[in-house]
Amino acid sequence: MARSTSKDAQDLFHSLRSAYAATPTNLKLIDLYVCFAVFTALIQVAYMALVGSFPFNSFLSGVLSCIGTAVLAVCLRIQVNKENKEFKDLAPERAFADFVLCNLVLHLVIINFLG
Amino acid sequence: MMAGGLVRFIVLILAVAICGAASVFQPISDSHRSAALDVFVPVDGSYKSLEEAYEALKTLEILGVDKKSDLSSATCENVVKVLGSPSSTLKDAFYALNVNGILKCKTGEDAPKDIVSTLQAVVKDAKSLLDFYYSVRGLVLVKEQFSGTDVSLGDAEAVFRSIKTLSQSDGRWRYSSNNPESSTFAAGLALETLAGVISLAPSDIDQSLIQTLKTGILKLFDSIETYDDGTFYFDGSQGPITTTASVIRGLTLFSASESTGLKLPGDKIVGLAKFFLGVGIPGDAKDFFNQIDALACLEDNRFSVPLILSLPSTVISLTKKEPLKVKVSTVLGSKAPALGVKLVQALSSGSKGSSVINNQELKFDAESATYFLDSFPKNFDVGKYTFIFEILLDDSAHEKVYITEAQTKVPIAATGAISIENAEIAVLDSDVGSVESQKKLDLTKDGAVSLSANHLQKLRLSFQLTSPLGHVFKPHQAFLKLKHESQVEHIFLMKTSGKKSEIVIDFLGLVETLYYLSGKYEIQLTIGDASMENSLLSNIGHIELDLPERPEKAPRPPLQSTDPYSRYGPKAEISHIFRVPEKLPAKQLSLVFLGLIVLPFIGFLIGLMRLGVNIKSFPSSVGPATSALLFHGGIGAVLLLYVLFWLKLDLFTTLKYLSLLGVFLLFVGHRTLSHLASASNKLKSA
Repeated sequence: MARSTSKDAQDLFHSLRSAYAATPTNLKLIDLYVCFAVFTALIQVAYMALVGSFPFNSFLSGVLSCIGTAVLAVCLRIQVNKENKEFKDLAPERAFADFVLCNLVLHLVIINFLG
Repeated sequence: MMAGGLVRFIVLILAVAICGAASVFQPISDSHRSAALDVFVPVDGSYKSLEEAYEALKTLEILGVDKKSDLSSATCENVVKVLGSPSSTLKDAFYALNVNGILKCKTGEDAPKDIVSTLQAVVKDAKSLLDFYYSVRGLVLVKEQFSGTDVSLGDAEAVFRSIKTLSQSDGRWRYSSNNPESSTFAAGLALETLAGVISLAPSDIDQSLIQTLKTGILKLFDSIETYDDGTFYFDGSQGPITTTASVIRGLTLFSASESTGLKLPGDKIVGLAKFFLGVGIPGDAKDFFNQIDALACLEDNRFSVPLILSLPSTVISLTKKEPLKVKVSTVLGSKAPALGVKLVQALSSGSKGSSVINNQELKFDAESATYFLDSFPKNFDVGKYTFIFEILLDDSAHEKVYITEAQTKVPIAATGAISIENAEIAVLDSDVGSVESQKKLDLTKDGAVSLSANHLQKLRLSFQLTSPLGHVFKPHQAFLKLKHESQVEHIFLMKTSGKKSEIVIDFLGLVETLYYLSGKYEIQLTIGDASMENSLLSNIGHIELDLPERPEKAPRPPLQSTDPYSRYGPKAEISHIFRVPEKLPAKQLSLVFLGLIVLPFIGFLIGLMRLGVNIKSFPSSVGPATSALLFHGGIGAVLLLYVLFWLKLDLFTTLKYLSLLGVFLLFVGHRTLSHLASASNKLKSA
């Protein structure tokens, strides 16, 4: 049983990998950006766990900026993805403009809250 | 109305008694003169302005203090300069003439050339009260100081009428016809000005005009205000002292200038004099000048000169048997004419209005110019009294019209030696009331009485106080103090009832108050009163107190410092506890994590390279390229703005710049992205 599960896991992994290779480059770019943002957030959480949350507003500000921008990137990915029927009529440039605008607003609020 | 005004005309003796609180007003004395030297100190050797110089010099002249020599040269230079220059202001010329009158910088027959013509020109064209005032009074001063100059006013009656248009029906005056504000201070200035016009007029002014003016003055007296102690004053925006002084100056000059005589209510004139005397010694130079100038006007005027009754000492000592002295003088302290002083009543504060002395004439001592009362009736006991004096002016004709208060009420204290009898101290057994030990006391000597008591017993002290006339005396203060060896003190009040003063200290109820301290207590008795010349503080002796043990929860006696005055010294220093700052992590740790944060970014960049991202769709043609560059530049600028916001800007400035950049970015971004969109559409269709 164990051998089959591990083999299944490996097969699953390989199939995922090959499927992922087929995605267009721009979507992979967005995925990379999301991973970058999440990793930054994780490092900040680890730091807070280590030294305590004294300037709590700064901690929140940092983590939420990472998570916020990740969320906005995910929204962008959804809108830009050609396989997504819902957003067929939306031009990708428009989605990108929304992404830029929302990011700028998010960062204004973050910087204000940073203290 | 006129009839009401007539009723108020009083010439010599008042018929109306003044009801008011008893108080003594002292005429101007040497303390005023020495204070004047302190108040009128010029800054840096010269006065700030000619107005201040005039005020200082006039006050010192009235008081008879000579201080002119130091500054007269500098001030005179200024005066001569102002009088000689044709461009000096009206106000400066006026005050320069005033100072010249006192210091006599420039004398002779002829006035400085342009002054007369300038002043006369102003009189012709003047529209406001102040212009009239300075010009007319200036001409009067020129006439007084330079006898040869001709300063008569051409059409004096026209000038009089044009000034009179500024008057109001309630007695107040306006400063100019455009300004509806009126004031009592302006009334004083107007009266001075009109007095000047009357004296400069070549022929007599129409009597009806002067009569309406007099009616206006009486109307002005309707607005007079009063305090409880019988003083009267005029109030205004400049303050009571300045306003009242201005009115008095105006009245004095007006009554001096015209011949028919001005009749003013005498009680109000005395009240005005008392107001100024009641001010005391003002600290402000202007108030000082106004006070002294007004009193000088009251001292010597044509309507009525008030006389003030004052007492150098308001205490009668029955042991010393000195007479009670009374002085009557004018407000500036000059001699009064021949008159008599009578003590109408001496009301004791205790008894219900019965008078101890009735209608006693005071004798006059010509050497010291005082009236005195040297014999007091047999039933004159110690205590507080109110003496009511009346002044009787001799009927012989005087040069001036004198006026006094109807009755002057003065609070007097009579003191004497109080005898203490039957002083004894005893220790009593509580319930039964029997005396365990009793000792007679001689309170004049510090006794060596020695008693002992326990907490079940009581301590009783009693004595009798008798006034010189044999009445029972109730002292204002009678305290018994018990002081423990450890310096802890307790004070008890004695009660006076009926014939004697007594206190009973019940130790049973006071055990806790005494902090359960057993031991030797010093007994100290204090008896005092304002009427008692032999108040005493005597150490009676000691009492050995035996109190039970202190239980756990009882309060401890307060710590007594060895020095009894140390409670007035500096207190213990307070050490403030500030909020402990939060513990911050070590610097190295923070820097390590800063480095760690950069790692995902590097990973992002490496990933980008591996993905093979490129900027091939960056437009190459000029127009789109610039907008693309501006787009990226705009985003970069916004991010830079955010960094500056974090470092030093505030939210409002940031939002301001952000809105500008945002609008710019919107245009540029739209252009770039629409170019990109059309490019990709072309690619798709192609």
